Amino acid sequence: MTDVETTIRKLASERILVLDGAMGTMIQREKFSEEDFRAERFKDWKRDLKGNNDLLILTQPDKIRDIHLQYFRAGADIVETNTFSSTTIAQADYGMEELAYELNVEGARLAREAGDIAAKEDGRPRFVAGTLGPTNRTASISPDVNNPGFRAVTFDELATAYGEAARGLLDGGSDMLLVETIFDTLNAKAAIFAIEELFAERGIRVPIMISGTITDLSGRTLSGQTPTAFWNALNHARPVSFGLNCALGAKEMRAHIAELSRVADTLICAYPNAGLPNEFGLYDESPEAMGELVGEFASSGLVNIVGGCCGTTPDHIAAIAEAVKGKAPRKLPEIAPKMRLSGLEPFELTAA
Amino acid sequence: MTSAASRFVNVGERTNVTGSAKFRKLITAGDYAAALDVAREQVENGAQILDVNMDEGLLDSEKAMVEFLNLIASEPDIARVPVMIDSSKWSVIEAGLKCVQGKPIVNSISLKEGEEQFVHYARKVRAYGAAVVVMAFDETGQADTFARKTEICARAYKILIEQVGFPPEDIVFDPNVFAVATGIEEHSNYGVDFIEATKWIRENLPHAHISGGVSNLSFAFRGNEPVRAAMHSVFLYHAIAVGMDMGIVNAGALPVYDDIDPELRDLAEDVVLNRRPDATDRLLAAADKFKGGKQEARVVDTKWRDQPVAKRLEHALVHGITEFIESDTEEARAAAERPLHVIEGPLMDGMNVVGDLFGSGKMFLPQVVKSARVMKQAVAYLMPFMEEEKRLNGGAQRSNAGKILMATVKGDVHDIGKNIVGVVLQCNNYEVIDLGVMVPVQKIIAAAREHDVDVIGLSGLITPSLDEMVTVASELEREGFAVPLLIGGATTSKIHTAVKIHPAYERGQAVYVLDASRAVGVVSQLLSKEGGAPAYVADIQADYARLAEQHARAQEDKARAPIAAARANRLQIDVSKVAPRPSFLGTKVLTEIPLGELAKFIDWTPFFQTWELKGRYPEILKDEKYGEAARNLFEDAQAMLRQMTDEKWVEARAVIGFWPAAARGDDIVLFKDEGRSEELAVLHTLRQQMARGKDRPNLALSDFVAPEDAGAPDYVGGFAVTAGIGEEAMSQRFARANDDYGGILAKALADRLAEAGAEWLHAQVRREHWGYSADETLTNEQLISEDYQGIRPAPGYPAQPDHTEKGVLFDLLGAPEKIGLTLTESYAMWPGSAVSGLYFSHPESRYFGLGKIDRDQVTDYAARKGYALADMEKWLAPVLNYDPNRAQKIAAE
Repeated sequence: MTDVETTIRKLASERILVLDGAMGTMIQREKFSEEDFRAERFKDWKRDLKGNNDLLILTQPDKIRDIHLQYFRAGADIVETNTFSSTTIAQADYGMEELAYELNVEGARLAREAGDIAAKEDGRPRFVAGTLGPTNRTASISPDVNNPGFRAVTFDELATAYGEAARGLLDGGSDMLLVETIFDTLNAKAAIFAIEELFAERGIRVPIMISGTITDLSGRTLSGQTPTAFWNALNHARPVSFGLNCALGAKEMRAHIAELSRVADTLICAYPNAGLPNEFGLYDESPEAMGELVGEFASSGLVNIVGGCCGTTPDHIAAIAEAVKGKAPRKLPEIAPKMRLSGLEPFELTAA
Repeated sequence: MTSAASRFVNVGERTNVTGSAKFRKLITAGDYAAALDVAREQVENGAQILDVNMDEGLLDSEKAMVEFLNLIASEPDIARVPVMIDSSKWSVIEAGLKCVQGKPIVNSISLKEGEEQFVHYARKVRAYGAAVVVMAFDETGQADTFARKTEICARAYKILIEQVGFPPEDIVFDPNVFAVATGIEEHSNYGVDFIEATKWIRENLPHAHISGGVSNLSFAFRGNEPVRAAMHSVFLYHAIAVGMDMGIVNAGALPVYDDIDPELRDLAEDVVLNRRPDATDRLLAAADKFKGGKQEARVVDTKWRDQPVAKRLEHALVHGITEFIESDTEEARAAAERPLHVIEGPLMDGMNVVGDLFGSGKMFLPQVVKSARVMKQAVAYLMPFMEEEKRLNGGAQRSNAGKILMATVKGDVHDIGKNIVGVVLQCNNYEVIDLGVMVPVQKIIAAAREHDVDVIGLSGLITPSLDEMVTVASELEREGFAVPLLIGGATTSKIHTAVKIHPAYERGQAVYVLDASRAVGVVSQLLSKEGGAPAYVADIQADYARLAEQHARAQEDKARAPIAAARANRLQIDVSKVAPRPSFLGTKVLTEIPLGELAKFIDWTPFFQTWELKGRYPEILKDEKYGEAARNLFEDAQAMLRQMTDEKWVEARAVIGFWPAAARGDDIVLFKDEGRSEELAVLHTLRQQMARGKDRPNLALSDFVAPEDAGAPDYVGGFAVTAGIGEEAMSQRFARANDDYGGILAKALADRLAEAGAEWLHAQVRREHWGYSADETLTNEQLISEDYQGIRPAPGYPAQPDHTEKGVLFDLLGAPEKIGLTLTESYAMWPGSAVSGLYFSHPESRYFGLGKIDRDQVTDYAARKGYALADMEKWLAPVLNYDPNRAQKIAAE
């Protein structure tokens, strides 16, 4: 076990840890213009850049660092770097593949700096989780129904892209790596594969956090897996934490987190959206309401790490931190060693 | 299955080119659709893990493995179970591992190429997140005896645990099932060796599992399936008993141990367990006797095939089954008048079921995509028939049902859903022009123009796309487009489309499409060549209008004050200015009110509005647009009014009343006498609930009456006036004369006279009957603009929208008996040319609009009136600030 993992696990055995909230929501509040996104460096870029939130790492670094700091001050122990789309694959939409590594290094550095400032202020240790987003392609779903065997991206392409991003995140000072908002487990497997290769190459290991997203009422990931099938498919990564984020609000996420809490013998991490988006695409669950819902996760012993995703703000994180304060963290269950496989659904070999 | 077998995992072997000749033929012929059916049948037959093996010399095994696994991933019925990636070539295994999102099993690796290579493969297997089958095979060869099997497995186990860190529960040993009864004596004990090795591994290598390719065992009896199956069953029975927990077997063909013919079972058992030297000979001698004997029929649920064709098509669509689609489509076509009707009828019905299931979370995306494929095949089958029909008719049929432009809007890069919609549309013979992602509005407009498209579809997943869609809609409007605009994608919604996009695009119609499965239904209705489109669009518009209204209501929601707070902010009138006692108390009837007198009080502006001539009287008579029509109408009206007055076509009557009154909360209590000891009736009023500051009160009509405890005796009046006595007979005369114009004109005038009667009466009341403004002298214009003290609000109007209060008023006035004015069950007055209301005299009394009110007040109001809440909500529906159905549901939870 790495030093960071030992520290995290020790802290997590004492109390519920707090993750940050939404970066996108905070960026939206700033109402950056196309020019703000470009800054001097990209003023002549051929494509529209507004909406490339990760680019703000390079063009509005002070704002990004400040958002991280706001979350740390609101009570977050861990913040996620602003690198959700900082892979060559996701940046291709803006023609910015070349910047992927730099975005990850700088994204991690900004979060690290904010963490250091916050730690100096109150003496509490702060952690940076280097974010690896899902990319905008799916490795196990064909975008062409006429050709279901077709794939718009391969495992190897994903692994290469994730490997480069992870390299940057570690070089920039991330304490951990967070593979998040997973909607296609095969993408995440490629990320894990790349991370393991990077660890082997460097002879190091940092904790891996894994977080999937249940996108619809069927209670499955976009690629069709149930929560337990999803856990079975990824637990070889020996993640320090496993859980869910995004798509659904805390209320809708609860059953799925409860399921993972039963089957996964690692820390459980939940960072839902501020409710379901309303018809206008806004997430309007109040900090108080969300604090109450997430607080209930804690009271029910379902979670070890909590935070917020889309629509959450430092106020939400402060409310969540307050709600879980003093509540006992979930105890890791003893899971009997059995062969557990999965397709879209879990499979357990009952004999043995 | 026996109880032992229930602990045993079936691995389907029919998708194994080395184990199934049928599958090999399908794969080498490239018939992957049929190959998938084989996989599906395996899973339906109970295979819990699907073995996929493409080790065939003539095949590009890597490519076949990737292709097949990718196809399986698109078949939820198959993909629900884990896969066993089976190959003797590492490159094929690794290619397969890169295609599977779940946790598969690799079959297999071994020490054949030495320890180093074994460790390398094992580490990779682990990095890809798979379990592994380890063959009992080492540098010197395959393990045949008990000693070799156990020795190799123990060594491999040690390496995996200690060097690779492989979880023991993810290790499966295959101690090799070899053929017995081959006639070679050394082979006779292979079955026993396997079974005993199984037992040893179980006892000595914790958590590890045992598997085997069972069909090898009976290789000697190729061609005699009953004997082979019996041998497999017997072998498994004994191996499972000692711990074998996985096997590659054809589950559908495996007989239950107890069901095997006892004679055959004994013979097979002798062979498998090597119980007697002549076991092989005895089984061989008896084998022919059992050949072709009863075999378990494959269990495939075909009950759905017995249903009528429409149901079969629905089943095929919902379950994504293409097997019978052509014959079913043909059957439906033969029964239909036109091939197109098969699409628009049973096929669309089926797709709608798919859409509903998807919408309610009972199906998920891959299944829907499969349904689209079935749909496409059915449509493809129908195409030649439609072409033929077109050729015969020479008419414009569905050569191309329409052109659809699709784009993910600027700023958004998500296009999976859009692509699916595109394909589903193409399946249905629409030409789709896909502009891709991050498409700026200018490009959408240019392309729409260039291709002269019939429909534009916008997609978006992230929230800012919602605004961009509004932008696109406004630009389309500005550029003069009128084609339908489809809105879809995760963050879009019907309400957003109704409230934000729809109003931005008036010339065309924005339509929210819930999901891909609905797209065809929506587009086909919008582009219907059989004339249904206008009605469909009208439905959408009505729906959106309703949604927009509900939304507006919900918006006000936030601004409502609790009723207690609204009451605290009531108007407190100056009680020193309460009006004097009216000239009489109780009621008074006025009959034969001179119509000529009333005519002076007519407010003509609403009269013109009745005729949809917009403008104020008298300016309208000189209006550029309406002037001439207004003048002609006015002339006719004046002429008829004179005739009406002279010939007394109708009679005007009224009843008025005054009662001692006091406000009690939001009610007004009326008393029988001035001593105010006995209550006569209660008038109920409603209070504004909009959030307001201290400077603006939340009004209720009761505020205009001095409260009970104010020490200021106050009064309230009421009236009902009609100019409609004889109105019905008058109408019938015009009807008999087929004079619609005259009929309408007469009724409109009677209406005006009634309104004028109310105005005339109110003036009388102010000056005489109540007399609080005895010296008031106002022109008709001043009357119309209400430049006087006191009001005469009517139940059913903005200050008191509750029509049922007319019931209280009419009882007090005795209107039905005294002037022949009655109320219908909906509290409409009859005859219709009538006005009724209350009189408030306080100088601070004024007209106001109630606005929307909340459930707290409605509940209280219903209780005060003695109505059931649901009934009250029905009467107050237009002013409710909430959806009663939803509120009820929430309250019940």
